[in-house]
Amino acid sequence: MRMNVSDEDLAEAAAGGDGTAFGLLLERCHDRLFALCFRLTGSRAEAEDLTQDICLALPGKLAGYQQRAKVTTWLYRVAVNAATDRRRRAASYTRATEGWGDWEVDRQASAVEASDSLDWLTRAMAGLTPTLRDTLALVLDDLTHAEVAQIMDVSEGTISWRVAEAKKKLRAMREEEEGI
Amino acid sequence: MTSHDEFQDLKAAMDAATPAPDAARRADVLARAQANFEATQGSLAAARQSSVPPERRGFFRGAFDMLMTKTTGALTATTALVAVGFLFLSPQGQELLNGPAPLVQEPVTGTLTDDEIAADPEPLPALIAVEEALEVAPEADAPAPPAPSPLTRTTVPSAGEARVQDGDFEALSETGSFVGTLALEQSGEALGQVYSAPGDGAAPGVTQLGAGNSAIIATPADGRIRQGGFDIAPPPAPDTEEFANADDNPLRVVADDPVSTFSIDVDTASYALLRSTLNRGQLPAPEAVRVEEMVNYFPYDYPAPDADDVSPFRPTVEVFATPWNPDTQLVHIGIQGELPAIEDRPPLNLVFLVDTSGSMNEAAKLPLLIQSFRLMLDRLTPEDQVAIVTYAGSAGVALEPTVASDTATISAALTALQAGGSTNGVGGLQAAYDLAAEMTEDGEVSRVLLATDGDFNVGISDPTALEDYIAEQRETGIYLSVLGFGRGNLQDDTMQALAQNGNGTAAFIDTLHEAQRVLVDQLAGALFPIADDLKVQVEFNPEVIAEYRLIGYETRALAREDFANDAVDAGELGAGHSVTAIYEVTPVGSPAQLVAPLRYAADDGASETEFGDELGFISLRWKEPGEDESTLIDFPISATPSEPGTEAQFAAAIAGFGQLLRGNAFLGDWGYEEAIALANASRGDDEFGYRTEAIQLMRLAQSLTQ
Repeated sequence: MRMNVSDEDLAEAAAGGDGTAFGLLLERCHDRLFALCFRLTGSRAEAEDLTQDICLALPGKLAGYQQRAKVTTWLYRVAVNAATDRRRRAASYTRATEGWGDWEVDRQASAVEASDSLDWLTRAMAGLTPTLRDTLALVLDDLTHAEVAQIMDVSEGTISWRVAEAKKKLRAMREEEEGI
Repeated sequence: MTSHDEFQDLKAAMDAATPAPDAARRADVLARAQANFEATQGSLAAARQSSVPPERRGFFRGAFDMLMTKTTGALTATTALVAVGFLFLSPQGQELLNGPAPLVQEPVTGTLTDDEIAADPEPLPALIAVEEALEVAPEADAPAPPAPSPLTRTTVPSAGEARVQDGDFEALSETGSFVGTLALEQSGEALGQVYSAPGDGAAPGVTQLGAGNSAIIATPADGRIRQGGFDIAPPPAPDTEEFANADDNPLRVVADDPVSTFSIDVDTASYALLRSTLNRGQLPAPEAVRVEEMVNYFPYDYPAPDADDVSPFRPTVEVFATPWNPDTQLVHIGIQGELPAIEDRPPLNLVFLVDTSGSMNEAAKLPLLIQSFRLMLDRLTPEDQVAIVTYAGSAGVALEPTVASDTATISAALTALQAGGSTNGVGGLQAAYDLAAEMTEDGEVSRVLLATDGDFNVGISDPTALEDYIAEQRETGIYLSVLGFGRGNLQDDTMQALAQNGNGTAAFIDTLHEAQRVLVDQLAGALFPIADDLKVQVEFNPEVIAEYRLIGYETRALAREDFANDAVDAGELGAGHSVTAIYEVTPVGSPAQLVAPLRYAADDGASETEFGDELGFISLRWKEPGEDESTLIDFPISATPSEPGTEAQFAAAIAGFGQLLRGNAFLGDWGYEEAIALANASRGDDEFGYRTEAIQLMRLAQSLTQ
């Protein structure tokens, strides 16, 4: 029935009290959100927990949804903030739990057969600062720099700079590996 | 190997690595989120005091579904459906909120001609166009109001040529076919306002084309459409606005507490804020109303000081019958500052400290700010200097100190200001103070003018820490004024704290008119202090007065001992400014006396003293600008009531208005009608039309209350 209704309309209807609209919206967004959470955290378990945190808190956040924003912009902002909060909380338990940082440990422990590219991905992501990682997690969702800027509440120039910086780091890493 | 490849590799690897969500987990999360949603919804509905019984939601949902499904059809069908939707919804526009149908909320009354309908045969492209507009809008060179609103501009390419026509608005208000306000609940989800076109049944005036259009108000431009001062804008969520205020000053018994002490307050932000709220069709929150700032918004024709006055100001006290209570009296204290000849004024160094964070990117913010500063430039003399510091993620100097006559350079620097990034208020403040100190030479006046939408969200965001920093800087002789722009995020309490500690004023600028008032008409007063730390103390005579209360000044109360303590900061009086304070007093033996006299303390037999004809004794302390020691003047207040002048009457009417907005219990049956009549009768010359505007606001508040 409503598959041709935009996300924005659903979010609005949900903010207005329509439970069906809310369910439908979540249904639509869940997988994309989960993928983003994975890119933000670098671990399946973490991503599942983070997705759950976000989804369960979402009804309360609907009031903050402004029609001026695209749903993805709004939702991703919620997600990035939640990921940051989670990292902060985790940091107080242990310095090691910094998202992609413990991927390597996880991976070896569970003996996942890692392809070369996955291996490289892990090292690459772990080699970036949390800010750059979060930025990449969003940029890799095929969002424009302007959209990412809106989500992270910085200027578009900052995002472009961060992406360039990340690329520089990636290149350096690759060259280093190839040099070995 | 290029960097592009690295990126592609990363993306490919990431896509490969990203697992699919676990189905069971997914279902569980969705179900629990839904449960949370229902739970939240229950409390929201309760808070809204909706007149719609919950079971009727099904009806609206049905209408919503129907409309949503049909919107892909031909436009004619859609339009008709919207008209049907309108019939359902128009009797109580409010109900829209509770129903899920977000269909008709564009705050634009446009007119579609047949040709235009033909030109836009299908509604869905509108959505795409709007999304494009969304992306474009932040870069758009937003015009300053009241120029054509950016909303109109961004919707033009998308919404089937929806147009704003002044005539429509007039017609609307005349025929009274205002349908309803769509938004504005406590939760602050503001959606916009809906108008229907007058008359002709087929609802051609409503250019809602279905699903896509609801995104139209989503333009970040936050368009404001102004017509004859009526401000139709989607009100932003007030959630993040914070106001400084305290409970109403209580009634005090003279026998227990004969002395009242307060600091003057020349801020006007509260009045401009409540004006913008009322013009949006909402009553301001009681805590957003500071009565003294409303009263002090208006210029009064009080007697100016002459050569005989030791003080740079002249206090005038009038006692007259209270408009809202025949058994009490008002003690009206008017303080008029001297206005030194403009040509004698010392050179001025101004540092504009401009918030260029992303949130300033709205028509009512940065563009209005730039316009406002332009207005002000014309009033500066060639000896004056101007510099601009911006702050966002980092603070930077946008304009090195420049003589005010070099308007081309200054203007170019203003034009180049762009919003983006988060806010580092403190870094900016430091840079601005440093620059101001650099510019200052002997005998010159320096001031930092901070323009912001209120956010200081990086660095020291704790108001007290900021206050301390500014109070420190105040000692260097550089003062700070705060200009607030835009609604939705205004941290009124931070603004107040900054201005009070920086020996400056806080003003809220919502329109270019207000900018003119603050920055041009009252330029001298806003920028040149004539008396620092002006404190007022009134001691009431218990033989004459039984009870008193100070109207307003809740945030400016001082302890009795602070009056003579020169280390305690207070408000500044600017050149030509006037300040008004009003007490309501209950004479001894009046039937209005609320607190019965004590049996044992009542009569000590020492009546008939020499002060029987004095109502009280007023003392004022102030410092000459830059001095450390205060000077005192004092004189008795006569107990004989007089016939009030128009100025005092008007101040009383505004004080009454403010108390009505605050829901003050002391007014009894006295309401808006009486306030309007009193203000109307004492409008005076009203050179700038401020008083007329105030009366219009009272009318608006009256109808909103009913």
